[in-house]
Amino acid sequence: MNVSMMWLEAMLGRSLDVRETAERLTMLGAAVDAVEPLFQGLDDVIVGLVESVKKHPDADRLSLCQVRAGGEAVEVVCGAPNVLAGVRYAYAPIGATLPGGLTLTKRKIRGVVSNGMLCSARELGLGHDHEGIMPVPGDVAPGTRLVEAMSLTDTRLVVDVTPNRPDLLGHKGIARDLGAVLGARVKLPVVPGATAAAQTPRRVEREGTVDGIRVAIEDVAGCPRYVAAVIRGVTIGPSPAWLQARLRAIGARPINNVVDATNYLLHELGQPTHAFDLRHLRGGAVIVRAARAGERLTTLDGADRALSPGMTLICDAQGPVGVGGVMGGANSEVRPDTTDILLECAAFDPRRIRTTRTALKLSTDASYRFERGVDVIGLPGALRRGVELILAVAGGREVEAAIDVCPTMPAPTTVFLRPARVERLLGVPVPVAELEDLLTRIGFTVVPKEDRLAVQVPGWRPDVTREVDLIEEVARLRGYDQFPVEMRPFRPTTVPADPLEVLKGGLRTMLTGFGLFEARSLPFDAGGPDAQAVRNPLSQEEGFLRVALTPGLVRAIERNWAVRERDIRLFEIGTVFRAGHPVPSETVRVAGVLTGARHPAHWSGKAGDYDQWDVRAMLEAVVGVAGAPDASVTPDGSGWVVRDAAGSEWGRAGIVAADAPRWAGVVVGFELDLDATPRPPARDQPLPVTPVVERDVALVLPAGRTAAEVEGVLRQAAGPLLESVTIFDEFQGAGMAGRSVAWRLVFRDPARTLTDADVDAVITAVLTALKEQLDVRRREA
Amino acid sequence: MPTGVRDELVRLGAAVEEIAAADAARLTQLHTELLGRKAGRLTRIMRALPELPPDERRSIGQEANALRVRLEAAFADREAALAAAVPGTGVDRTMPGRPQWRGLPHPVTVVVDEICDIFRELGFVRVTGPEAETPEYNFTKLNIPLDHPAADQHDTLWLSDGGLLRTHTSPVQAHTMERYPPPIRITVPGQVYRRDPFDPSHAPAFEQIEGLVVDEGVSFVDFKAGIDYFARRFFSRDIAVRFRPSFFPFTEPSAEVDVRCTVCRGSGCSTCKGSGWLEIMGAGMVDPAVFTACGLDPERYTGYAFGMGPARIAMVRHGIADIRLLYESDLRFLKQFGQVP
Repeated sequence: MNVSMMWLEAMLGRSLDVRETAERLTMLGAAVDAVEPLFQGLDDVIVGLVESVKKHPDADRLSLCQVRAGGEAVEVVCGAPNVLAGVRYAYAPIGATLPGGLTLTKRKIRGVVSNGMLCSARELGLGHDHEGIMPVPGDVAPGTRLVEAMSLTDTRLVVDVTPNRPDLLGHKGIARDLGAVLGARVKLPVVPGATAAAQTPRRVEREGTVDGIRVAIEDVAGCPRYVAAVIRGVTIGPSPAWLQARLRAIGARPINNVVDATNYLLHELGQPTHAFDLRHLRGGAVIVRAARAGERLTTLDGADRALSPGMTLICDAQGPVGVGGVMGGANSEVRPDTTDILLECAAFDPRRIRTTRTALKLSTDASYRFERGVDVIGLPGALRRGVELILAVAGGREVEAAIDVCPTMPAPTTVFLRPARVERLLGVPVPVAELEDLLTRIGFTVVPKEDRLAVQVPGWRPDVTREVDLIEEVARLRGYDQFPVEMRPFRPTTVPADPLEVLKGGLRTMLTGFGLFEARSLPFDAGGPDAQAVRNPLSQEEGFLRVALTPGLVRAIERNWAVRERDIRLFEIGTVFRAGHPVPSETVRVAGVLTGARHPAHWSGKAGDYDQWDVRAMLEAVVGVAGAPDASVTPDGSGWVVRDAAGSEWGRAGIVAADAPRWAGVVVGFELDLDATPRPPARDQPLPVTPVVERDVALVLPAGRTAAEVEGVLRQAAGPLLESVTIFDEFQGAGMAGRSVAWRLVFRDPARTLTDADVDAVITAVLTALKEQLDVRRREA
Repeated sequence: MPTGVRDELVRLGAAVEEIAAADAARLTQLHTELLGRKAGRLTRIMRALPELPPDERRSIGQEANALRVRLEAAFADREAALAAAVPGTGVDRTMPGRPQWRGLPHPVTVVVDEICDIFRELGFVRVTGPEAETPEYNFTKLNIPLDHPAADQHDTLWLSDGGLLRTHTSPVQAHTMERYPPPIRITVPGQVYRRDPFDPSHAPAFEQIEGLVVDEGVSFVDFKAGIDYFARRFFSRDIAVRFRPSFFPFTEPSAEVDVRCTVCRGSGCSTCKGSGWLEIMGAGMVDPAVFTACGLDPERYTGYAFGMGPARIAMVRHGIADIRLLYESDLRFLKQFGQVP
């Protein structure tokens, strides 16, 4: 919402400081996003009266104008098609500097010297209108400064109005709140040139006539109240300077006096109105009814629109002339030759407006306000203000009092407020007198009733329906900064912390320690089996939710390769989804991908690249802290799989396919579902007091035999004296049957010191078992 | 026995010559052998002193001590000599050490953890909730009717079966209230989704932290105190904090909380868009309609809630101009947030 400081000052009848106003409004909940000084740099521009116009001798599109601006008339070359003799325009003489910084000098245009320039609104920073030079309304003396002639001194506040406050979508509402904290009352400014006061509208229930026009509401659900006036004998023309200045201050473009008056009213009261050309209301009727299937209407913006039941239409005797609360029809638009108008001031059902403007993809100033709720009680008053404005700026007369079609008279809501509840919610007591005072300042009516207050809510505050809404008003008007910052006792919560969050923290510490960087990827991709589709994605590449983390990390590796990074280590902890109804199932996972050198470069020797053995170990480490307690890592296909005792899969590791440049290393990765089942605390084992005996045994494994099989037999045959088994070498010689794998066996008896003979006996038993069960032999030296 | 000790002292005295000729490796070995803390030969003599007859104890003690001083001097001299040796013959200690890779947590994670840790000091526990939701939990229970303009503030990504991706972490408020009785004090970090194009100031998925307090007698004063405590702990002790009225369907009274711009300190800059203030959260007292929808009696319970964007806070903290950098995993970007090789 653009707010004019001058407008606010006119409503509050006092001058306002811009900074203070912006600060006050922000602290009232109407955040001021920007403060824009307007009409800057116009000091050199004056009013020039064009006395005569003739064609430029050498250019069809240019004219030569005699312009009088105080002194002698001078010749000015003008390129605008709309220049007319006898009209005043904004004129920049030689030496004048325009808002854009351009300083005018005497110069020849197609051979004729131009003494300055007639300016367009756009050249003066007053609008985007580039169609022609800007006329100055009224009879001001030529040579007068433009800013005085057109009242161009103002500052614009850009106010962020929250969706619950339709009343702040007009200057009156903003001024009312501001006045409440400044101690000033809001009064609508006197309309310059106002002569006749509008008559009080006459109420009927469903239909009636005004000045011979029949007005009826058939769609009561869509339109609870419709007030209409007929004004005859208006003269369409440019608006007076004060009205144009107001509109320019809020960023609106002046069009003609009638349209400008309705636009002014919209920004004054927040109430949209619409003027129909009475000539084009066929059959002398206005009927508010629901749209029928197949109906169409060309709206003011020139678009031909298909209407559907559920939309509320304004119709004449033959068909639609407007989409109620959204936009009027082109067929009944006010035109330069219009003389008689019907002025509509109505309320429409907010939900209906919302569905209508969504279906038509047509959001307007009017729909924006109706959707948030207008003051239904205040409609007759708003219409009277509109009539008064039009009579003042466009002439004409209201032959008969307006008609107020209102099937059910709206009544103000009464809400009860308990002072004790105010204290309970706000934490400090607020005296009853203060409660009354604060609420009265913004137009609420307060009547004390025993231990509570009966508060009558005015029609412009449809958002206030409950006690808590009143308490918010109290806090807001008192000022949030008036409440103390005071730490009071609190009770600990019953809610347990999520163990998964603790687990994630531990994983991050571990993986960053391994050298990996944490990534956060967007969780969308192009889909695959089991993927959950997004119904309204921004693009097809983001049409599904990810089922795994690794693909996103691989894409990140590829992007890093593209900028010549070779050593890349990333991990991510995030949610993956599998399609489901009504919502997909979610699992929290961890994944890591690595490629490039295993260590940073060092002069002592070249580090190898990461390979699959690195991720096998990394996966085992991750399973150790974040996997299911009974999970184990086993070979599977070309990598490894993590399964629990029941055989369910929890994760994988191995080589990962990627679109790699020639110079890149292999990509290896792992991915695992997290399990936050609490683990029992580890038990302390008494430290051994007897020494160990170590033996290295190299074994020849025939093709197909695995280390795991050997280890299984080995452990079983060795019995309890074998403390640990580690593979420390693998060797495959030319012409060798199978391969040689070397184990280091560590023996210990916790009760006594082992002798060589004790260990030799075990080794012999082990070798025998290996030979018999697996055909595995000791390697001959 | 004292005679044996004296002989040993004489033998040890002769070691001075060997020390003077030793290379670096031998020098270390000799130091252990003679002065080692556990089994050094001189150490053992000194340790055995109390067992000597009193008359011997003093003189042998003095001799042993003198010898220790001599030996230590000899070691120091030799070390200095070796260090001063011609370059190329010794070790060049200006060569770089052998580095290890180190990674870093994401800058947003760091902010999330800091925020949750500060609220932990006020008794908040960290919980999570689902990212795919029903309209009921994302909107209805939070007093947001889908046909109200307030719903426009949430540009929702819908799923194929009527579900949606949560537009805020607030649904976890409802889940928690339905599952646990008050007192409730929780922080809820998590990913939220909006149908926004991926551009310098928007991402379709980003992080949010929700907070919720519910108990009997929780008031606006408690709310202000809790948030003020957080802001001072997170930013700085003397930072100005501002609460101003706003509107959220699930809180009433509602507030936006601002802190003095940390970049310009209030004079106005591009980060705070000239206002001198940074918005850090939307917050307020829990709306009674939310309590009713979640099965709690609004006459009995009151509370406050807040929501903030750690990604934005990380961007302000590190001067990150483009939000996409946070989600593109460019190592050159990620490496900036710590000292790593």
